[in-house]
Amino acid sequence: MEEKPTHAARSFLIELMLYAGLVVVYVFVVIAFLGNWLDALYEHHKIRYAFAALLLIVGQGVVLETVTTILLRLIRRRRD
Amino acid sequence: MDFLVSQTHISPFYLMIIGFIIGIFGGFFGVGGSFLAGPALFAMGVPMNFVVGTDLAHIVGKSIVAAKKHRALGNVDLKLGFIMVIGTIAGVEVGAQGIEWLKHLGRANVDQVVGIAFVVVLISISAFVAWESWQTIKMQRDREREAEMSGIGVRTLGAKEDESAFEHISRKIHGIKLPPMIRLRVSGIERVSLWAILLVAFVGGVFSGFLGGGAGYIRMPSMVYLLGVPTHVAVGTDLFEIVISASYGTLTHAIKGNVDIMIALVMHTGAAIGAQIGAASTEYFRGPKIRLAFVPLPLIGAAIVIYSLLSGKHLK
Repeated sequence: MEEKPTHAARSFLIELMLYAGLVVVYVFVVIAFLGNWLDALYEHHKIRYAFAALLLIVGQGVVLETVTTILLRLIRRRRD
Repeated sequence: MDFLVSQTHISPFYLMIIGFIIGIFGGFFGVGGSFLAGPALFAMGVPMNFVVGTDLAHIVGKSIVAAKKHRALGNVDLKLGFIMVIGTIAGVEVGAQGIEWLKHLGRANVDQVVGIAFVVVLISISAFVAWESWQTIKMQRDREREAEMSGIGVRTLGAKEDESAFEHISRKIHGIKLPPMIRLRVSGIERVSLWAILLVAFVGGVFSGFLGGGAGYIRMPSMVYLLGVPTHVAVGTDLFEIVISASYGTLTHAIKGNVDIMIALVMHTGAAIGAQIGAASTEYFRGPKIRLAFVPLPLIGAAIVIYSLLSGKHLK
């Protein structure tokens, strides 16, 4: 019984570290790459910028949630 | 990292950590976390109009994660959520127009007026929730003591059941016969006027459009104390409703030039995992304890805004 909380905590920490690593790479490679394009859109096409902004944040929300769910399943499968 | 749209320079690690902390609080309390996100961005030198719009954008992505989790837990009253969206969107537009009016008067005015409004709202909410939560916990303890003395057993509430020291207020509001009357099965409300729901949502929307974020710090207490929605359903429904109304808020503020989506995207990378942790934790706590734990958070946000306004300094 005492092993379960330890395993759960370890799984969570592994997930967190993997996720943190992926996220850092994602921020510096993907998001930074978008900066200039978004700025140009903001300056010249506000309506397109608005929809692009919404699509990006919704898309990222779905993608990140999927990634965390998959990571958690992978880690639990390895542990079991 | 340079954020060209808002012309600010902020460490992406700072944004990710802030996002993570806000994600946990957001998933747990059912609020978007703007009581911390807004002050945190302002403290980094982001102009207030961008704080308002960017925070709205950030919580769209974050709330999708948390709302999905709460939906799976059965905490979302879809009917209530869709009705509230109508009122909230109207309120958001009114709030956004307020920001535009202040922008015409100059950036200093936006920062000062919105900053002061933020501080007043946050302190008021914190004080009220502290008082109400304490009243409810005291009421429960008195009842248990009386039951012990009389030897009669007291039915303890289940983890998802709730009570509030303000139930008499929500009962009075339920008694207002202003048709159309609505039944909210998931919330356990037999009937309530549609206009009461729309008014609560509209006021929340104004705060959202003017101060940024989802204004869950207004809407969630209003749902619990005024409409009588159980806390865990208020948490989940608020998150669900925020996804839609904050999407509208993002669009309208972005068109008005108040959203730096890069900041929102970076902050959200931390929030995504925090929200899952926060949402899962609501399984283990009852209403008054969740509300009491919420109390210090708006005060921390208020302190950050006060510091930034008075000192004129920004954290780098």
